[in-house]
Amino acid sequence: MRAIFPIVDSQRPVIKHQPFSVPVGQLLLQAQSLSCIRQDRVLFEQLSLQVHAGELLQVAGKNGAGKSSLLRLLAGLATPDEGQLLYCQQPVADVATDYAANLCYIGHQSGIHEQLTALENLAFWRAAAELPPADDFALLATLGLAGLEDIPCRMLSAGQQRRVSLARLWFSHSQLWILDEPFTALDQSAIAMLQQFFLQHLTCGGAIILTTHQPLSMVYDGLNTVELAYRW
Amino acid sequence: MVTLGPFLKRELRLLARQKADWLNPVLFFIIVLSLFPLGVGPEPNLLRIIAPGVIWIAALLSVLLAAERLFKDDYRNGVVEQLVASRQPLLAFVLAKLLANWLSTGLPLVLLSPLVALLLNVDMPSFIAMLLTLLLGTPLLSLLSVLGAALTVSADKGGILLALLILPLYIPLLIFASAAMEAASMALPYHGQLAVMLAMLLFALALVPVAVTSALKINVS
Repeated sequence: MRAIFPIVDSQRPVIKHQPFSVPVGQLLLQAQSLSCIRQDRVLFEQLSLQVHAGELLQVAGKNGAGKSSLLRLLAGLATPDEGQLLYCQQPVADVATDYAANLCYIGHQSGIHEQLTALENLAFWRAAAELPPADDFALLATLGLAGLEDIPCRMLSAGQQRRVSLARLWFSHSQLWILDEPFTALDQSAIAMLQQFFLQHLTCGGAIILTTHQPLSMVYDGLNTVELAYRW
Repeated sequence: MVTLGPFLKRELRLLARQKADWLNPVLFFIIVLSLFPLGVGPEPNLLRIIAPGVIWIAALLSVLLAAERLFKDDYRNGVVEQLVASRQPLLAFVLAKLLANWLSTGLPLVLLSPLVALLLNVDMPSFIAMLLTLLLGTPLLSLLSVLGAALTVSADKGGILLALLILPLYIPLLIFASAAMEAASMALPYHGQLAVMLAMLLFALALVPVAVTSALKINVS
């Protein structure tokens, strides 16, 4: 999608990063010997991983290997069949509210309502993130959605809907982002822009856990990969 | 602290865009009540006798009709899942759903009550009782139907399950509301029935929002 109106630099939203609660390099999230069983099939067992502030963890694996299940466990949406999850060296169950406040999870489904416009969807997520209402025109223009702010999201293409969904990251104050297939349906330029934005988040001390089938083109020290094998 | 305002605005906006969701139940209520005089005959005394029960049964079923789709869209598009992951805003979301549900299905029934009174030959004392029972009873109907909708959100064809789950909970309300209207038509006091209805409403108001958030959490995990 080409921007209809030229974007002046002054229109671009300035991202003000507050210092995150966990300093760079410190252990943010730790999983200890996690197991996950779905429909009598062991997706993974004895899985341990660590995410420090400033790191990106890519979860790789074939379709059905359990990537989304792992992400849902890490996001606290499901409880592991075995093992435990530590946030800042404390069990997540004990600090659930703190953890949830410092977490932005965007799952496989976009989290946008098709009957609402892009602006209305973003206003809702702003409210959910306890942020004051703001004008998101500039943000949507940055994401190549200029001129499409006011039409219901069901009229947008899959890639454009994904952009609306990911726009939430631009105003998120959370340190840890858990993203399930964020690049799905996005075109090359959007993927490049998103990776650039990820890099910015990481250098500010944020952390990202994501699944993707595409190799990441970004160059950064703190890139780690976990490969899940498909098990019968 | 999450404020309710933006959440309620979203729900009302969705109702304004998906009019069938709330117009169908309201139309159903009117249609059922206008068919009754045709079906049982236009005998004024007979209509007056059956009015309390008929009005309340129609109200129960019309609220139930609106309940099924309450959380369906937001469950399918991942909004519920992502709100559960962020914990804090979930309660505000549920409260906004509750309030919007009452405004779109309960309040129209209250506003339509004069018309219903005309259709079923309800006299003035019974009409006042009807108005009061609807004012107290429809919020309770909304609370229970939101609870049922949250419990059955992940069931593909949850409609009949929802009815089986929720209709038994409606029965005490049905009994006390129609008893109040009957007492009013015989010029007897009906404070007792209203007090019981108010107690049920307050009890549900205290417990249902928490139960709904738990039900949504269970359904996404």
